[in-house]
Amino acid sequence: MKIYGDKVAVDDLTFDVKPGIVTGFLGPNGAGKSTTMRMIIGLDAPNRGSVTVNGRPYAEHRAPLHEVGALLEAKAVHNGRSARNHLLVLAATCGISDRRVDELLELVGLTHVASKRVGGFSLGMGQRLGIAAALLGDPATLILDEPVNGLDPEGVLWIRHLLRSLAREGRTIFVSSHLMSEMALTADHLIVIGRGRLIADVSVADFTKHASSDLVYVRTPEAERLRDLLVGPTVHITAVSPGRLEVIGLTSDEIGDLAAANMIPLHELIPHQASLEDAFMSLTHDSVEYQTSEVSS
Amino acid sequence: MTTLDTAPVITLPTMSADDIDNLDVTPSRVVRSEWLKMRTLRSTWLTMALAIASVPGIGIAIAWSTANDWLKMRPRERLHFNPLADPLSGFNLAQLAIGVLGVLIVAGEYPAGMIRATLAAVPRRLPVLWAKLGVFTTITLVAMVPVSVFTFFVSQRLLSSRHIQTTWSTPDVARSVIGVGLYLTVAAALAIGLGAIIRNVAGAIGAFAGVILVLPVIASALPQTWGDRINKWLPSNAGQALMSVVSDNTTLSPWRGFAVFSGWALLALVIAAVLLRSRDA
Repeated sequence: MKIYGDKVAVDDLTFDVKPGIVTGFLGPNGAGKSTTMRMIIGLDAPNRGSVTVNGRPYAEHRAPLHEVGALLEAKAVHNGRSARNHLLVLAATCGISDRRVDELLELVGLTHVASKRVGGFSLGMGQRLGIAAALLGDPATLILDEPVNGLDPEGVLWIRHLLRSLAREGRTIFVSSHLMSEMALTADHLIVIGRGRLIADVSVADFTKHASSDLVYVRTPEAERLRDLLVGPTVHITAVSPGRLEVIGLTSDEIGDLAAANMIPLHELIPHQASLEDAFMSLTHDSVEYQTSEVSS
Repeated sequence: MTTLDTAPVITLPTMSADDIDNLDVTPSRVVRSEWLKMRTLRSTWLTMALAIASVPGIGIAIAWSTANDWLKMRPRERLHFNPLADPLSGFNLAQLAIGVLGVLIVAGEYPAGMIRATLAAVPRRLPVLWAKLGVFTTITLVAMVPVSVFTFFVSQRLLSSRHIQTTWSTPDVARSVIGVGLYLTVAAALAIGLGAIIRNVAGAIGAFAGVILVLPVIASALPQTWGDRINKWLPSNAGQALMSVVSDNTTLSPWRGFAVFSGWALLALVIAAVLLRSRDA
């Protein structure tokens, strides 16, 4: 449990993150994602409870950078130091060679700016430097807080490939985001939190299946008759206005075939799949910390 | 269309098994890291250059101008001239430069969040403080003792043209000259401690200047009966006893004063260590 003043940031949060897959860590702003990640590597201490990495507190590992590589915020770097020197400084704490520093600069695409001061870096370049720093010790576990923030589309794609590649090597990848759509493409498993509490611990496949409750919009001059034909125990029909129906529980194919068999003309038949973002929103709606109130006209 | 199966595989550069087995954080590696941190910032070089240049720069200017004007000076002015202490008075500026640098070495890691990268790499935390302390005090000692000795000999040579110099073998002179370097070394330790306690560059520099420069001024406004008892225990007054050849009841004896000054620095470092262990980074 972590408390800031009178605000509980993280409360009774327990979950496991498994190796070999990418685990997405989702939650609205202020849900406690960053706090949780800081507690994992011992930067923040929980007010109550404990965090262990492979069975013991992070600080008690003899080779911490080999245990966990972390990117907690872009540009957690002294602005006056060059990118290469920043990595050399961190590498020196556990005897990592200069050669590996250069290899990682190459990997993240910063070789050409390696000797430039970090103060002039864009957010995206800062993210790349932070990822290089996280990978220095060939870590078994990688913890990344919003790594795609500030990256261009090419960079986002690169991160996605990198994380999946690293997971395939058997590493444990734990990556936070507030974007469900990004996580659906990158992660295999999801941990969803809100207001510091666990909301969901599911595979992406299950989440997607659960989320996509199909809704079909139908416009027909014989709405009454169609409605009577469609009705059933697993079907939910809403008459939104005369001649317009919203159907949940049947596919557009089934509705179309049924209408044709009964000679009911359809003027519109539009399947609408609830997006992952919608599902995520409905899941976390009650736990959003900073909610905007709707302005009604 | 690319699917996940045909997506390019990015391979992390490999490390040899020997290298992987040898990734422990050790005190000497943390020292190496902190030494590299200091070397790779321009502010270190500029501030250290100021500290080093200020002692002979000011010392030679004072010795040269005094030797030059000696015959024109009034008897009372001549009486006040101290051939040992006056050419070494550049330490006043040097101690500020060293205080600023000591604060920057610790508190300078906080604004951008570098400290979190540092503590993630060295999660036991205290080795970072001791490494910063060790590296910076060593640099200060190795640089400032020779600078002080050099300044002494050059300025005495200038003063010898008027036969108003003192000599290395005069009682207490060697201790006093080397004492400048020792005093600055302890000031460096105090700055590291204050930087780690306050974690804000401007605040910690203010605190350092306040303790070293302002406290003695305020205390000198006390009635003499109080002042005589309190002043000599203040950090900078106590420390500067080591550079003094005159000793009376308003100052501590040289080595006792130096021990008191070191005690203040130690107190700051102990508080800093406790806070570094307990506070969120």
